[in-house]
This record gives sequence, C-alpha cells and structure tokens, in this order.
Amino acid sequence: MSQGCEADSGHRAGAALVTFRTPDPGGVRDAQEHVLLWGLQGDQQQVRSLGQRVLKVLESRQPEGPSLRHLLPVVSKVTSLAPDALHEEQTRALSKRLGDWLRYASVQQGVAHSSGGFFSTPRARQLGPVTEVDGAVATDFFTVLSTGQRFTEDQWLNVQAFSMLRAWLLDSEPGGSGAPDADDKSELEGSTRSVLSATSTASHLLPPQEWLREKAFEYCQRLLEQSNRRALRKADSDLQKAVSARRAGGRAGARSLAQLPLSGLLGSPQCLVEAVLVLDVLCRQDPSFLYRTLSCLKALHTRLRGDPAWVRALLPVAQFFLHHGEAAAVDADAVYQHLFSRIPAEHFHSPMLAFEFVQFCRDSLPLFGRNLGVLRTSFPNLFKFLAWNSPPLTSDFVALLPSLVDAGTAVEMLHLLLDLPCLTAALDLQLRWAPLLTASALSPPLLAPGRSCSLPSRASLCTSSPPPDGSPGAQPVFHSAVQPPRPFRVSLQLLAGSGHRDVTVTSTLVSPWPVGTVRAGAESSFGWPGPEPTSEPSLGSLSAHRSLQAASERPPWDVSIRAPGCLEAFRDSQAQGLFQHLLRAQASGTVERLTPLYRLLQPLAGCARVVQCAEAVPTLLRAFFSAVTQIADGALASQLALLLLERSDSLYQVPGYEAGVHRVLSSQFPALCKLHPPLVVEHAKELLEFVGGPRSGGHVLTSVVWAIGEYLSVSWDRRCTVEQINNFFEALEALLFEVTQSRPSTTLPKCPPQVITVLMTTLTKLASRSQDLIPRVSLLLSKMRSLAQSPATGSMPGEEDAGAVRTRATELLNLLKMPSVAQFVFTPSVEVSEPRYHRDTNTALPLVLRTVSRLVEREAGLLPG
Amino acid sequence: MVHVFLIHTLRATKAEEGLCRVLYSCFFGTENSPNDPQPHGAERDRLLRKEQILAVARQVESMCQLQQQACGRPAVDLQPQSSDDPVRLHESPCGAFRLTAGDPFQEPRTVVWLGVLSLGFALVLNAHENLLLAEGTLRLLARLLLEHLRLLVPTANLLLRADCIEGILARFLPHGQLLFLNDQFVQGLEKEFSAAWTR
Repeated sequence: MSQGCEADSGHRAGAALVTFRTPDPGGVRDAQEHVLLWGLQGDQQQVRSLGQRVLKVLESRQPEGPSLRHLLPVVSKVTSLAPDALHEEQTRALSKRLGDWLRYASVQQGVAHSSGGFFSTPRARQLGPVTEVDGAVATDFFTVLSTGQRFTEDQWLNVQAFSMLRAWLLDSEPGGSGAPDADDKSELEGSTRSVLSATSTASHLLPPQEWLREKAFEYCQRLLEQSNRRALRKADSDLQKAVSARRAGGRAGARSLAQLPLSGLLGSPQCLVEAVLVLDVLCRQDPSFLYRTLSCLKALHTRLRGDPAWVRALLPVAQFFLHHGEAAAVDADAVYQHLFSRIPAEHFHSPMLAFEFVQFCRDSLPLFGRNLGVLRTSFPNLFKFLAWNSPPLTSDFVALLPSLVDAGTAVEMLHLLLDLPCLTAALDLQLRWAPLLTASALSPPLLAPGRSCSLPSRASLCTSSPPPDGSPGAQPVFHSAVQPPRPFRVSLQLLAGSGHRDVTVTSTLVSPWPVGTVRAGAESSFGWPGPEPTSEPSLGSLSAHRSLQAASERPPWDVSIRAPGCLEAFRDSQAQGLFQHLLRAQASGTVERLTPLYRLLQPLAGCARVVQCAEAVPTLLRAFFSAVTQIADGALASQLALLLLERSDSLYQVPGYEAGVHRVLSSQFPALCKLHPPLVVEHAKELLEFVGGPRSGGHVLTSVVWAIGEYLSVSWDRRCTVEQINNFFEALEALLFEVTQSRPSTTLPKCPPQVITVLMTTLTKLASRSQDLIPRVSLLLSKMRSLAQSPATGSMPGEEDAGAVRTRATELLNLLKMPSVAQFVFTPSVEVSEPRYHRDTNTALPLVLRTVSRLVEREAGLLPG
Repeated sequence: MVHVFLIHTLRATKAEEGLCRVLYSCFFGTENSPNDPQPHGAERDRLLRKEQILAVARQVESMCQLQQQACGRPAVDLQPQSSDDPVRLHESPCGAFRLTAGDPFQEPRTVVWLGVLSLGFALVLNAHENLLLAEGTLRLLARLLLEHLRLLVPTANLLLRADCIEGILARFLPHGQLLFLNDQFVQGLEKEFSAAWTR
C-alpha cells in the first residue's frame, strides 16, 4: 500500500499533465490545454513562464470562452507561487476582468440541452432567471449564492472569481517596491474617489485595481444581503428540506450516502465568512471603504450574535473590528465582550470552533492593543476550549500563554491550570445534564431573590420528552439551527424579573438525550445568577446544548461512563458555588479551594478526555512558568512559591496526574526562589509547616529542602537568624530520621535516595552556617553512613542507592572537618558565579575546589569496601 | 489555497498497530525554499514530500484516535457495521490542528481532517484559509469519493483508482483552489464528472 503512495507521489512529482476537459454543446471533449504545473520543483522561472502561457490563453479568448474557468485556478496558483509572475499590465487587465465576472454575470439560467429522445435533434431550452436562496427570483446580480438548475459559463467564472478573490486582492496589491506610483495616486485621489465610487456611472473610469475593489465590495454587500434574506425568511429552510428530499429520493438505491446533508452552501456561513474577510482586506487596502462597511457589519454582528448556527462567522467580524475599530473610532468593546464571554462557554465542545477561536486569539495578539485586557481577563473562558480539546490546542496555548499571563491574574491562572482536568470533568457534567440541570438550577434556592417559577419537576421534564417516534433514521441537522423536525414541546412560563420567558424543551428524533432549546427574548440567563453580568450565566444554560444540537447528533462525551452521583453533587448547595467558580467566564480575582469538588467529580476522573487534559497540564505549566518568571516581581514570586507548596498535595486525582505535575512544580520552586531568594526567610513558617506536614511525593519535597539549604542564609537575606536556622535544622533532622528509620509499614514505598542525600546536604549546609550544629550533623552523618552500609536492616533503598547515600555522607563528613572550607563551599558568596572566578586560576575558587576534591578523594579512597 | 490533499488509513488492525498508511496524496505545487539556492534532485524532493505526508497522516490518525477516545467511542466504531449501514458523514469525527513552520512544512499550515470509518481524509491548508469552506469542501470530497469509488465496499481498491480521484479533485478542488459551490453547482460538476468518467 505504501507503494501506492510512493508511486503516486512520484507521479505527482514528475511532469504530471493536467488535462482540462471542457464541456461544449456537442458533449464533452478534451480540450487541448496541457499545463505543466507540478513538475515545477519550486523553480520560479518555470512558474513565471507558465503564468505567461496561461495568460496568453486567457487573453486570446472571448470572455465567454468555454474553458476559461479551468484556467483561473491556474492563475491563482501561479500568483501564489510567484507573486511577480504577471506583469503589471497583465495584473491590471485580469483585475478588470475579475471585476466584470464578479459583477456582470448573467442573471438568466444556463441553457438546458435536452437530447429530446432518440429521434429528435438536440434542442435548447431557456430555464428563466436565477433565483435567490429562498426561491425568489433574483433581485440583483448573480453571486455564488444564486441558484438555478443550469449555469452559464460566466456564472461559473463568477464562482471561480469569488473563490480566488481574496488571495488575488492580497497578491496583486502593489507592494512597497512594486508600483509606488499607484500608491501615490490613491492617496491623492482618496477624497474624490470615495465620491466617485459611490456613483456607479463613474466607476468604469476607475483604474482596474480599484475597479475590482469596488466590484468586490458590491459583491460582498450583496452576499451579506443574501445571507440576511435567508435568515429572515422561513421559506429557505423549507427549500433546504425540499432539496434534501429530492436528492434522497433521486438516489434511493445508491447507499444512504444520499441522505447526507446538503454539501452546498445553503444554510452555511462559508460565504458570509469570506465576504467579511474580503471586506476586511478591502478596507485595509483602501480606507475609503470603511465608512460604507462599518454600519452593515455592525448590523451583521447584531444579527449573528443571536444565532448559534452562525457563530463561526462572528470571528471574522471581530477581526474586522480589531483591524479597523480604531481607525473608524468605533468602540468595539461590545463585540469583544460578547465574543469572549459567551462563545467559549457555549461552544467549547465544537472542535473546529475551538481551533478557530484560539487561532483568532493567537493571530490577533498584536492587534488587541488596549483591548488585551479583555483577552487576559477572559482566560477562564478560553481555558474551557483547552480543557475540552486539549490534544489539538495545547501547542497553541503554549504560544498564547505568554500574552495571557499578567501579574494581576497569574495566581488565579495557575490555580485554574492545576484544576484544568477538574474543569474538563465539570464541563462534561454540564453538557451531560444541561437540560436536567436547568430544571434543578431553577429550583427556588438557586433563584435570585425576587424570582419565582412554576416548573414541572425534573422527573416530569425528563419523562415528558421522549422521542415521539423511535425511528433512528432522522434527518440530520447540519450546520444549521433549524428546529428539529416535529419537536416535542413543553412550554413553560417562567416569571423571571420583568418578563415572561418561553422555555422549549425539544427532542430530536434520534437523540438519546433530551435536547433543550432556549427561546428567550433576552440573552438566556436561566439558572444560577452569576456574579458578573458578563459571565456565563448558568451552569445549566441550555445554549451550550442548543449549539451542540446544531453541530452534531452524537454527544461529545463518553456515554459509557455513568455517574449519577455527580448529578446529585451538581445540585448540592455547597458544591454549586464551587462549580460556579470553576466555570466562571472571567477572572474573578478570588481563589476558591475546590477540594470538595475533586471528591464529587471523582467518578469522571477516568474519562479519556479528563486524562488527556491531565496529560497536557505539565506542558502548559512549564509554558506558564517560563512566561511568569519574565514578569514576576518578588511579591508575586513568593505568592507563586507558596501556591506550589499548597497545591502540591491538593490536586484532582487523575491517574498519573499528580506525578506529572509534581515534576514540573519541583523544577519550578527553585527557579522562583532564585528569582526572589528572600522568600525562604520570609516564609520560613510555611516552609517549616510543609517539611513537617504530611507529604505525598518526593519531588517537591526534594526541591523545597534543597531551596532551604541554598537560600536560608544571611548572605541572601539579612533577616535570617540563627534561631531560624536551628528551627529548620531540627525539622529537617526529624524528617531525615522519619524517612530513613521509622517506616510504619513495609507496604509504604521506600524513600527515594535523592530525598535522603538532599536532606543530608541541606543539614550540613545549615550546620556550616551555625557551627554549633556541626557536632550534631557529624554524628548524624556517620549514623547515616553506617546505616547505608547495612541496607537490609533499615529502610534504606537498594544496594546501589545505599552506595550513593554512603558516598554523600562521607564527602559531607570530610568537608565538615574544616568548617571554614565547608562554609565557603556550601555558602559561596554571590560573586562566585561571576566568570572571573572560574577563568582565573589564581583566584580562590579553583584553588579551593582542587583542595576540596583532593581531600574528598583521599578520604573516599580510605573507605572500607 | 490547499497545499496537499491526502487519504490514509485510520486505526489499522491490531497486528499493524502504529502503521499509518498513506493511500493517496496530491500536492498542489511545491514549496520553494529560499534557503536552498541549489535545486535538489527530483528523487530527494519526492522523498521529502513522502515524509511530510506521512508526518501529517500520523498526526491526523492520533488526533482522530484521541477525539474518539474522548467521546468514548470504541475503535470498533470505525468499522462499518454492515455494508448497508448509512455512512453518517456529519457524525464522523473531524477537527483541525496547526503545523508550525518547519514541522514538517516550511510555512506554517493548518490541517483539516475528517475520519470516515477506517479512512482519514485531510487537507493541508495555507495558514489563513477560510476553515469553514475547507471543512465543507473536505466533506464534499469525502462524500464524492466514497460514493464514486465505493471505497467502503470490501473489494474496492483505492490504490488502483488514482485517476478517478484526480478526476474528482480536478473539478472540485482545481489546483488546490477551494471553491464556493452551492448545491446546484455541485450537482452540475457531479454530472460533468460522471459524464466524463463513464464515457
């Protein structure tokens, strides 16, 4: 099979010939154009000559020529491979023609060629004008959204031209060196042109490039109008159904692929997205379009934000406002607010949207400017995408984190990163039981004061929405928020605040789970009243479910895992506040201990999605720390260091999660101490508690003990006292005793040798700073040495590890024989790290190191066995 | 603009685990490398492309696998229950991910993929493509390929039908150009293809 690939690649890599087959009235015949495209091997010269050849063919033909549409993609390809392939004159000519194709395609349908049976001669039949997407006769010029049964060649060119339009506008834009005169002219004419272009009679006088922009603008405006038309009229969804039925009927025999949803553009926001992207390019190239575009894009945004089926079109709209908001003096805050507060919370389960959203954030970072704050405070919402789709998004978030990290929210962000698997579980729960939760969330204790409701009980909600018929072959809903067929409706009157809201619980025919649909005039705000008005209003918001319904028929969670206990947990009054905190939309500035939630969500910890998320967290933590150490001051570093200690034994229990997180935390604790050495002295109390308290893993403990030995010294902080050193010494001495000699049960794992050696070293370091302790540590070290010589008796690890402990104890003992040398070695002054101490053999350090190593080696050589 | 279209296996049988096979691939143009002034031999370029394709296919396979696991769908789910079962293309796992510059392509790229039973379909796109359009096109291509090549019939041999695949690509993805085709245009092209193919 792999040979197939090879053979194919070889075929492609060679001089593959592309044959254009062009239809003509007599049937289908092969045209003669053979274009050598794939044998290019990246040779720009060949690309250019190909471009010239294609251009010649294009120029030699009439605009109605039958095969032009096959050549346009070649031109597009050529310009993308070699932007300078076409001469300026050719670019202009083609721009002019693209404009014509876009704007002046025929509005009559193509001629139908019916053979008329065996005897009659072929005859042509005119099918009438093309129609709009809703079936009405076209009111204006032809676009890709116009429909008909047959299309003329210029209508095909229209489609081709629009498909390549954005790339062409970008590629054919006169570059800085390319045509400076064009730029000058546009500046000079800037004011008059806008007047001119407003009148279509004068527009043919425009230079080709501007002509094309003008036509592209009109085209996009028309697309916006057409998509609006669709959204306004119900008829189009009927058309959609009719087309599906026809297709299904027409090919009943040919597998049920025919039942697939529409593959075309109806009901899909693809064109709308492209139109907005093109408008964006146009406004960037020529700001005079801006004022004409703004109002319609504002209207578009207002229209789109209410409809989950079009949610992906909101991203280019937001991008447009990012690019032009400042120039147009538009306050686009509402756009960003809506984007960041609602979309992640409601659509986190859509993998494509998640990817696009994160790409948008990543690509737009330089543009956010003063709006970066909105992005930064929305990190809890952005993390929902990450929590749900961690495999494809981890690398993007690694790139995004440095921009998201802010000194003000770093602590909160670290907490949330550590709770990411827990967030995944909570989102899972939210999706699973959204409809049920809505009922529960509406129960009186959760309602805001002043609200009352009369709802059927949860049970009645559940039982009242079974699929009305059990047939599995329901029509799928694809990319559309069309109501499912024959919805089963329970209308509830909910007195909320000022007005009534209409809750409709519907069930699609196939869904094994009840699907809820909210039809509320206001933005839905059922459920828990959130602390901030902009935050995702409720856990049980049905909108997430509603968008789910639009996106897919299958639930995105693991149906094999059933955790009824979790639902109860969700309704538990104590846990609700915590869930609400975990699922917040924006940084709240507060930190909640989520420990009760870990227990409640434990049944979901085995979900593959939660485990995947847990696997991503160490990578994200590393990215977080490398970003935060760039901006952290002393206070923040201390705060983060304490947070590490606190969270190291307070994590959601996912298999393998704790070990992975501990590895990162243990490597980051010394880094934070290095950033702000006095923190060891400042937080002596907390550190003492940590080393004296119950511990789970060795990694963090090792790094904390090391940091104590390294930074608990007068040279780092004048406030360090002998008493503090003695306190730490005692605590660590007790700890060493505990890990080596008193193991309450043989089932407990043996203490890793790293912990023992680091403890011994730290104790020696402390003793070198408070020399009264030297006799005590010497005694201890010799005890350790003798203990390590008979590992079988104690709780010492295996022979090899015992050897390491023995060697370390011997070395330390030898060093302690000369207290002044020991002090220099264990507490070097800060200058020691300067290069000259290491380059110059006459300075003290190399001398001392040589002496020490001689001493150590000699003594080690004398060791028995 | 699409850079590459590929079809590969998803979730090979137990015995072949870890082996991802590329069944078909189509590059639309090559990458120019400004760092290499000397043009390389065709053979070297071919091997490079082969490696690049395989790297993409492996990533798609693991992304698909992870997504299936996360949704709690077993591997069996990828096998057709019976040949009469409808292929629910809209329910098939799909997704997108980013390829950073230099890994494996010189430019940053975006991959949109679709897993249909045991086959993976993927488009490697330039960084700023209209992803909605790409996704729609990929679904369309998958549907056409499944329908016209009868890929899911056990005897179907995809490897021997590269010309048919090319016929479809030349119409629905000409030279890697994503097209805005409404349903009627799609039907028109399908007729054109059928006429040319059965002739």
